[in-house]
Amino acid sequence: MDFEFITARAPLFGQAARLTVTLAFWGIIFSSAVGLVCAVIRFYRVPLLRQAAAGYIELARNTPLIVQLFFLYFGLPRLGVVWDGETCAIAGLTFLGGGYLAEAFRGGLSAVGRGQIEAGLSIGLNRFQLLRYVIIPQALAVALPAISAAVIFLMKETSVFSIVALPDLMYVAKDLLKEGYSGESNLMLVASYLVVILPVSLAFGYWERRLRFAGFGS
Amino acid sequence: MLDSALSIFRTGRNLARLMEGLGITLQISAAAVGLSLLLGIPAGLLMAGRRPLIPKLLRLYLEIIRVMPILVLLFLFYYSLSRFLNINLSAMTVSVLVFTLWGTAEMSDLVRGAVSSLPRHQWESGRALGLNEMQVSLYVVFPQIVRRLLPGIINLTTRMIKTTPFVFFINLPDLLKVGQQIVEVSGIRNPLSSVWVYGFIFAVYFAICYPISLLSRYLELRWQS
Amino acid sequence: MVNSQEILKIKDLEKSFDGVPVLNRLTLTVKRGEVLVVIGPSGCGKSTLLRCLNGLEPVNGGQIVFEGQILTSFQTSWSRVRQRIGMVFQNYELFPHFNVLENILLGPVRVQGRKKSEALEKAEFWLNRVGLWDRRESFPRQLSGGQKQRVAIVRALAMDPEIMLFDEVTASLDPEMVREVLDVILNLAKEGLTMIIVTHEMAFARAVADRIIFIDQGVIVEDSPPETFFENPATDRARRFLNIFQFDGVQRGSRGTGPKTVPVRL
Repeated sequence: MDFEFITARAPLFGQAARLTVTLAFWGIIFSSAVGLVCAVIRFYRVPLLRQAAAGYIELARNTPLIVQLFFLYFGLPRLGVVWDGETCAIAGLTFLGGGYLAEAFRGGLSAVGRGQIEAGLSIGLNRFQLLRYVIIPQALAVALPAISAAVIFLMKETSVFSIVALPDLMYVAKDLLKEGYSGESNLMLVASYLVVILPVSLAFGYWERRLRFAGFGS
Repeated sequence: MLDSALSIFRTGRNLARLMEGLGITLQISAAAVGLSLLLGIPAGLLMAGRRPLIPKLLRLYLEIIRVMPILVLLFLFYYSLSRFLNINLSAMTVSVLVFTLWGTAEMSDLVRGAVSSLPRHQWESGRALGLNEMQVSLYVVFPQIVRRLLPGIINLTTRMIKTTPFVFFINLPDLLKVGQQIVEVSGIRNPLSSVWVYGFIFAVYFAICYPISLLSRYLELRWQS
Repeated sequence: MVNSQEILKIKDLEKSFDGVPVLNRLTLTVKRGEVLVVIGPSGCGKSTLLRCLNGLEPVNGGQIVFEGQILTSFQTSWSRVRQRIGMVFQNYELFPHFNVLENILLGPVRVQGRKKSEALEKAEFWLNRVGLWDRRESFPRQLSGGQKQRVAIVRALAMDPEIMLFDEVTASLDPEMVREVLDVILNLAKEGLTMIIVTHEMAFARAVADRIIFIDQGVIVEDSPPETFFENPATDRARRFLNIFQFDGVQRGSRGTGPKTVPVRL
C-alpha cells in the first residue's frame, strides 16, 4: 500500500465526490418533484394524465439508467438536441428516479385510509389543507422505507455518470488504474462511496425509527 | 429515416452480434439469480433464526452490500482481487461473482422477511390440528412462504437484468458494449445509427423487464387476498 | 327543549350505488334541538343518509336544506357547511400523527381561523367534560377505544356545530366502553344540541331520542316518539326488526320454534 500515493490523490477523490453529490442531489430533488406529481395524478385519478403517468413510470422502471444515458448523450445530438454531460446526467437520473419515487409515494398515498380523508373533510378541511395536514404526513411515514430505498438506489446509480464524460468518482478511479495503483485507487473509491452514501442511509434509518415511535401504529 | 435504421441492423452480422450480447446479459442474470437462490435461502433462514451472532453478521454484510454501487464492486473484484490473489478471473466470472454477492444479500433479506412476517399462530394452528413439525412446515408454512417470496424474487430478477449493462465497464461484450461498437463503426456513414442502436437496446430491456414486472405484480395481487 | 324552528329539511332524497337504490325519495324534517335516532337493518341506508347530509356522498336526486341553504346544489361550499355540521365516525378516525389536543385544534384554528388561545379554552372545557383533559398530550394509539371516541366527539364539538351526526359510534367498542361514550351523548342531548344518531343500542335509543326514525330499504317506515315505537310499533317490519334484540322467547332446547313477539321492556 502506497500511502504517499493515497494522500497525493485524495483531493482528486474529494473533488469527484463533490461532483457526485451535487449531481445526485439535483437528480433526486427533480425526481421527487416528478414522482410527487405522478403520484398525485394517479391518486386523484386525473383522466389521460393518469395513463400518461403510468406509462412513463413503467418505462422508467423497466430500463437501465446507463442505456437511458447513452441515448441522451449519444443519440439525442443526432436529432439536434445537444446536452452537456451534466444535463444528461441530471435528466437521466430524474427520468429514472421519477418513476421509482412515484411508486414509493403512491404506496404511501394509497395507505391513507378513506376514513381519515373523510374525517378531515368532516371538520371542513379544504383539498389543500387535507393534503397538508392529513394525507401527506401519513403517506410520508408509510412511504419512508420505500423512499429511502429509492434514494440510496439513485445515489448508487450515479456511478455510471463517467460514460457521459463527467469526472466523477468512477472516472477518477479508472484514470488511476492506468497508473498501476489499482489497490490504492479502489480503496479510495470504496471509502469515497461510503462517505457519500452511508450518512444518507443512516439518516433515513434514524428518521424511520423516529417516525415509528411517534404517533403511528394505532 | 426508416431505411437508415434498417440498414444498420442488416449490415454484416450486426443484429446477430447484438443478440449474442443479449445472450451474455441473460447468462449473467440467470447464473446470478440461480446462485443467489442457492445461497440466499439458507442465509435468510439463518437470519430469521434466533441464534444471536449469525443474523447480526449477515445483517452487516447486507448493509455494506446495499450502500456499495455494483459498479464499485465490479471494479474491486476485476482490477484488485485478481491481482491481490494472483489469479486471473475472467470478466464473466467476476460479473457472475459480484451479482451473486449482491443477489445473495438481497435474497436473504427477502427470505428473512417472508419467514418472520408469517404469523406465529400459523404454526400453532397447524399443530393444533395434530400435524407434526414436518407436516406443519410442508403443508402450512412452506406454501405461504413461497407465496410471499415469489414476487420479490421476480422483482430482484428484473433488477439484476437492469444492472447487467454495468459489465460494460469491465469490457464484457454485452448488449450495450456490442451496440457501442456497432455505432462506432457505422456512425461515420450513418449519423442516426446511435439513435437507432441505443433506442433498440432501450426497447429490448423494456421488452424483457416489463412482462416480468407485470408477472410479479400479478402474483402479488393474486396472493394478497 | 325542542322548538319549532326547522333546521334541516330533507325532501325526496335519492341515492344509489351502481344503480342499486339505497335511499328512495326519503323525506324528513329536523327541528332545532331535536334528537333523532335512526335505526333499521344493516344496509337500509341509515349511514348513507348521514353521509349525504355533510356531502361525503353526492346525492342523485332530491333536496337537502340546512338553515335555509340548499345543500344539494352545485355551488355548495362543503367546507363551510361541514364546519356547522359535526360528524363522528364508527372507527373514531382520529389523526394518528397528531396528539389529542392537535386533533381537536386542527379544525378551529386552521379551518375556522380562530385564535389559538380561544380554541384552546374551548378544547379544555370539552375535554374536561368528557374526562380527558389530562390525556391531552397523548397520541391516539395510547388511548382506549372509548377514550378515542370521546376525543372524536370533542373534535367535532370544538367547531361549534349546529347539528351533530353520530354514525354507529359505539359499534367498534368493547362492551364496557360503550357506556362512557353514550353518557357523553346523553349529556349533550340534555343541553339541547340537535343530533341525528345512527345506532344499534336500543336501550340508549329509547333513552336519548325525541323521535325514532325507522328506515327499511331506503324509506322511512316509522317516525314516532320512542315510547310508541318500542312499545307499540305501527308496522310489521319494525316489529320484526325489534324482535332481533329480544331473547325472552328463546330458550335453550326449544331452538327452532323461533322467537315469539314480545313487547320491549327496556
